[in-house]
Parts: sequence; C-alpha cells; structure tokens
Amino acid sequence: MKYTEEHEWLRVEGDLVVVGITEHAATQLGDVVFVELPETETMVAAGDEVVVIESVKAASDILAPVDGEIVAVNAKLVDNPGLVNEDPTGAAWFFKMKLDDLSVLDQFMDEDEYNDLIG
Amino acid sequence: MSDLKRLGLHDLHVELGGRMVPFAGYEMPVQYPAGVMKEHLQTRAAAGLFDVSHMGQVILRPKQGMEALCLGFEALMPVDVLGLAQGRQRYGLFTSETGGILDDLMFANRGDHLFVVVNAACKEADVAHMRAHLGDVAEVEFIADRALVALQGPAAEAALGSLVPEVAAMRFMDVGVFGWQGAEVWVSRSGYTGEDGYEISVPEAVAEGFVRALLACDGVMPIGLGARDSLRLEAGLCLYGHDIDTTTSPVEAGLTWAIQKARRAGGARAGGFPGAERILRELAEGPERCRVGLRPEGRAPMREGVELFATDGTPLGKVTSGGFGPSVEAPVAMGYVPASYAKTGTAIEGEVRGKRLPVAVAEMPFNPTTYKR
Repeated sequence: MKYTEEHEWLRVEGDLVVVGITEHAATQLGDVVFVELPETETMVAAGDEVVVIESVKAASDILAPVDGEIVAVNAKLVDNPGLVNEDPTGAAWFFKMKLDDLSVLDQFMDEDEYNDLIG
Repeated sequence: MSDLKRLGLHDLHVELGGRMVPFAGYEMPVQYPAGVMKEHLQTRAAAGLFDVSHMGQVILRPKQGMEALCLGFEALMPVDVLGLAQGRQRYGLFTSETGGILDDLMFANRGDHLFVVVNAACKEADVAHMRAHLGDVAEVEFIADRALVALQGPAAEAALGSLVPEVAAMRFMDVGVFGWQGAEVWVSRSGYTGEDGYEISVPEAVAEGFVRALLACDGVMPIGLGARDSLRLEAGLCLYGHDIDTTTSPVEAGLTWAIQKARRAGGARAGGFPGAERILRELAEGPERCRVGLRPEGRAPMREGVELFATDGTPLGKVTSGGFGPSVEAPVAMGYVPASYAKTGTAIEGEVRGKRLPVAVAEMPFNPTTYKR
C-alpha cells in the first residue's frame, strides 16, 4: 500500500490502482453523509478533483493521485456514505484507475513514512 | 489559540476527549470522541449535556420597581415583558432602529428581578446596549462567576431530577431557583435542540462536580457544538449571525410568535420599540421575503451561502444554515426567499458546486419537538 500527502491510500490490483482515504482522514472528516463519484471511462490528471465527500462538518475533495483513466467506482458509497467511516481502507474504496505505468506510484510514501507524517 | 478565553470546564472537556476549536472568542468543544452523528442521536434518544458557559448571563435589578423595569425593557424589544408571570421565561429580540435584529435572547421573571441570557458573540454589545437604555430603571449586573449548562433529551428529567428533585414538576419555559449541595442552581425548562430539557446556571466553583454528577446519570453524554448546531437546525431554530442579523426583521425571520398581542397594532402597548414602523408594517402587509425550511431532494447537503434560484433561473436568496440532519436522515436547510416562493412545497433550486439541484420549501421543525408543555 502507498500513501499520498492528501491522505489517500493506493493499492495495486493487477494493472489497476485502487484509491481510498486513510483511517486518519476518515476520523478527521467526521461522519460522512454524502459521496459524489466521477463517471467511469474518464481520463483525469493528477490533482483533478474527482470525488466530493461531505461530512457532517464540511465538504472536501479527493484528488486524482496520478494521471490515468477512471475505470470503476464504488457505487455502494452513494447509498451508504457511512461506509467511509466504518471501513475506510477496505470496503470503502472510491475508484479504480488504469495507469500507463505503475512505476509512478514509487513517488508515494510507504506505511512507515505515512505514519511519521500523521504521527 | 492564545487570544481565546477558556471555559471554567475547559480541563473537563479535554479530559473527556473534546476537540477544542475557536468559537465566539472561546475555546469550545466541537465534538467528543463519539462524533457529531452519535452525539446528535444520543441527545434525541436519551440525553446530551452541553456547556454553554460562553453565553452571557445578566441580571436586571429594578431601581424604581419591577413595572418600570419591564416597561424599560419593552422599549428595546417588540415583546410583552410586563405580561410575563413570575417564574416564567420568554424569548426576546433586541431590534434596531431599522427593524433588524441586534440579538436574540431569553429572559425570565424571577419575582424581584429579570434574568437574561444572551448570545456569546453579542454579550458585550448587549450589556452596553442595556446599560445605555436601562440606566434609569435597572442595575445591569453581568454574571461572570457562573457556568451555564444545558441538559437536553428524553432522559434529561430523570437525570437532573436525581440531583434536583424539584425540576420534574416544571413545565416548558418555567424557571426556578433550587439548591444542590449547598449551591444555588438557576434552572429553566428550555433549550436549543427541540427536545424537552433544561438549562442550568451553576456557580463556577461547583460546576465541575455538578457536571460530573450529571454525566454519571443514565444516558447522559457530553455533546459538542457540532451536534448542537445540527440539533437546533432540525428543530428549525435560528442561529444569530447566520439566520438572523441586523439586516433581517423578526417578521421576515418568521419570529412573529415572539411578538405578543400587547405590542402589535391595537394592543395595550403597541409599538414603542426600535424599528416599530417597519415591523408593524410587515406584520400588517406581510414581509417581502421570508425565512423558510428547505429540503434538498438529493443527498448533497446545501450549506450556508448556497444560492437559491427559481426553476426559471431567477435569483431568490441564500441558504443561511444547512447541513445533514442525522434524525431526519437527509439534508436540511433554511434560508430566505421572496414571499411569493415561501409556500410549503414550492420547488426551487440551490447551486452546489456549480450545479443547480432541486430543493423544496418545507415546514419547520424538520424533526418534531417534544417540549413538556
């Protein structure tokens, strides 16, 4: 698992990368009440706002961590946004991306580095 | 947070895991480890304990008798003060010369004086306002040595009653002065959640012990500002500085129930308060715009500042408070629209992140109130 400074986790699954938010991010956000997902088969660039999350407190975005194509989204989150708080690193993944080259993920933090960041 | 004042119960909030944030010049707990959603639902299901010691507590002691004091206070508000019975509390509003709202407040007739509770952000201005206008009829005494806590929800009566048995017999908006372990506690059966419950002023010196005793009662959980806001929003209650301010009149804000007959046209003491011309005119002719409840059709919350439009694109106004209602299990909001769009069920739109989304004008409260009348 890799981690971004935006508190996303990235997990490689075959030739795809699965994106979600960390436990730390979910706790900071508070109870999530609304999730808006991107369209599939969309090309996005690193830094694009692709997901909107609203918690009881505020709205925030999830950014595309790298360039690539959104190939799948987790529609379960639309009906059950609370899943983000219950299982942020498992069932509550947000989207899957197809990248040209998975080696771009090397730039991101590993678990120890991420734990230092939030420590 | 060095410029911020600390509550007397600060250390207790930290011990309970409260996340402290700046609010109205104070460090206040926005939530505890349970989080906003659970705190909100706990208050509706059992009982929530809120520290509202940041609010201003003021005693008005008469210099020339209670009648002169009540009449003097009436000159600041479109409210019947003289007719308030001893042992009762009423909602009031200081109005401006142009008919806007300077602050909203609660006042109680405690026999030989009035007890007033005002908003934290306005308390210095309110005290100055009262000293400037009530100097001949009242001693304006700012109470700085008492904490103020609210206990709200269906389990509130049993919990507070185990400490102060007299409170069980109180009805909504009754006030009383009782004893707890030798200290004087000032209790009103009221609150800001739409639930039955109490607001209790206790001497700072015993406040921590009192709050710990309440927290030890069945079903009582500490509640932060986050849930306080979602609870009052579901109850359709205004937050000063957001839903009401110096630009909104009490009539526009839908607070006409707070303007008793005695102060209206034809009443025993009609007019004679700041902004009477506008307020009485709006009572007679209807206001140009109205505060309304709003129910977004989708799941996306419409928060403060969201712009409202008619379905033909005409700009209507703005959301003044909005978010997710944990008990309603859907987004809820309130805001101002022209009177012609204020009818319940009117379909309008709110712009969220550049998209116009459907929202309906709705009845308030969004969640039924459970006051013990």
